[in-house]
Amino acid sequence: MTDVVIVGAGQAGFQVAASLREKGHQGRVVLVGDEPGVPYQRPPLSKAYLSGALPGERLALRPQTFYDKHGIELVCGRAVGIDRDRCRVALADERELEYGHLVLTTGTRNRELPVPGAKLDGVLGLRTRADADALRERIDGARNVVVIGGGFIGLEFAASVAKLGLSVTVLEASDRLMRRAVSPAVSAHYRELHERRGTRVLFGASVVALHGGHEVTGVELADGSVLPADLVVVGIGVVPNTELAADAGLAVDDGIVVDEQMSTSDLRVSAVGDCAVYPSRHARGPLRLESVQNAVDHARCLATRLTGTAEPYASVPWFWSNQFDARLQIAGLGTDHDEAIVHGDPDAGSFSVFCFRAGRLVCVESVNRTPDHMAARKLFTAGGSLDRELLAPGFDFRQHVAAVA
Amino acid sequence: MPKITYVQQDGSAESFDVQAGMSVMEAAIEAGVGGIVAECGGNAICATCHVYVDPGQIEKLPLPQADEDAMLDNTACPRAENSRLSCQIEVTEELDSLTVTVPEEQ
Repeated sequence: MTDVVIVGAGQAGFQVAASLREKGHQGRVVLVGDEPGVPYQRPPLSKAYLSGALPGERLALRPQTFYDKHGIELVCGRAVGIDRDRCRVALADERELEYGHLVLTTGTRNRELPVPGAKLDGVLGLRTRADADALRERIDGARNVVVIGGGFIGLEFAASVAKLGLSVTVLEASDRLMRRAVSPAVSAHYRELHERRGTRVLFGASVVALHGGHEVTGVELADGSVLPADLVVVGIGVVPNTELAADAGLAVDDGIVVDEQMSTSDLRVSAVGDCAVYPSRHARGPLRLESVQNAVDHARCLATRLTGTAEPYASVPWFWSNQFDARLQIAGLGTDHDEAIVHGDPDAGSFSVFCFRAGRLVCVESVNRTPDHMAARKLFTAGGSLDRELLAPGFDFRQHVAAVA
Repeated sequence: MPKITYVQQDGSAESFDVQAGMSVMEAAIEAGVGGIVAECGGNAICATCHVYVDPGQIEKLPLPQADEDAMLDNTACPRAENSRLSCQIEVTEELDSLTVTVPEEQ
């Protein structure tokens, strides 16, 4: 049996290892991560873990005993090179790991804010447990919190600290929140939600500098105004970690390029999760997604291939974000929809937005409406669509899908 | 501490003493019980911690909330009358000796 080395111990890397064992893989499984300790969940870092509701020991995806029991070797180290001729991965401490199959689950890193002062104390990102710990320490003494970027991470963080009673300002460069991920109706709903809880949201806000000596004291905008700040959180998107793959001569194009079975052009190397660009049947071109679902389903697809029958990747993308008491669930891909129909009652905090492209349902965004979300996942999995004329008041999407899918 | 028993499809069973307040899913993850994926970490969002509760004991559990009910419509293995998401079952002293069966697939 082939020895599998997995570089990257996030959700995708963990799942590749776990699924390989679940599907009966007998060879060695080595999981290489550059953080100490067992692999952990990231979604709670901006929510329950940040607020202290989820204790650190529950952050682990599995306890150490799981890795011992299943013979999964955890290696703490940073991979710095791949020798594809000799099938070896080099680590920064000069160790080498020999592989029969190599899986790259290198994920992404936070995009850096390209302005003077971005490295001041009190300017933080949120990706790792260490980041969340640093933020927790800072939150206690903070008076003026500024969040740069109105995407999922920035808004989840803003909601968590607003709940603690802190005043927060969210700066968004575009004209609406979560622009890249949701329809205008959902953006508007979340703006109201945050503002109602006392958070200030500024649009068209372009940050030109961060002020301060050693510690950050303010955020300067393009119009010359300076917002006082003693804690700045930067959430302006991510960059895939592709250097290792590119240096090894593998194809890279905003991600590590793989086929529909997660293989790179080298049959001994695969890539899954946030770092992989793959041909999706739910998108019109190559796709790279940043989500737990994508990481887990990619990993399962790959583990199936490595242990038996190859099947093309076909999972329906879905996402979630919890902010205050609003539970946003998205099924499908709505980025280039041309029509959006709101169903339900936004004022009551429970509605779904049905997004169509050229008359075909491509995405359903649900706020506190899990039945719609699950029905959408079922419908998309079955390859079905929806006649937009049906979306009248009183239409029950869940019942409709139960009848047709 | 309440004892929870997890039964696999091949009939094998494991029992654990579980601290009250934990969910049946969390206890399974901590004990390394196979077949419970819990992709979303226990938010009733992914439907990958589906279990079948012993039919004779289902009455002991509060009815599922609307979110859980909706999730159960889309589990990998068919929903049954005793289907629940293990992340939504909080272990209490009253649930001592609860038995759940893990489905073939999540």
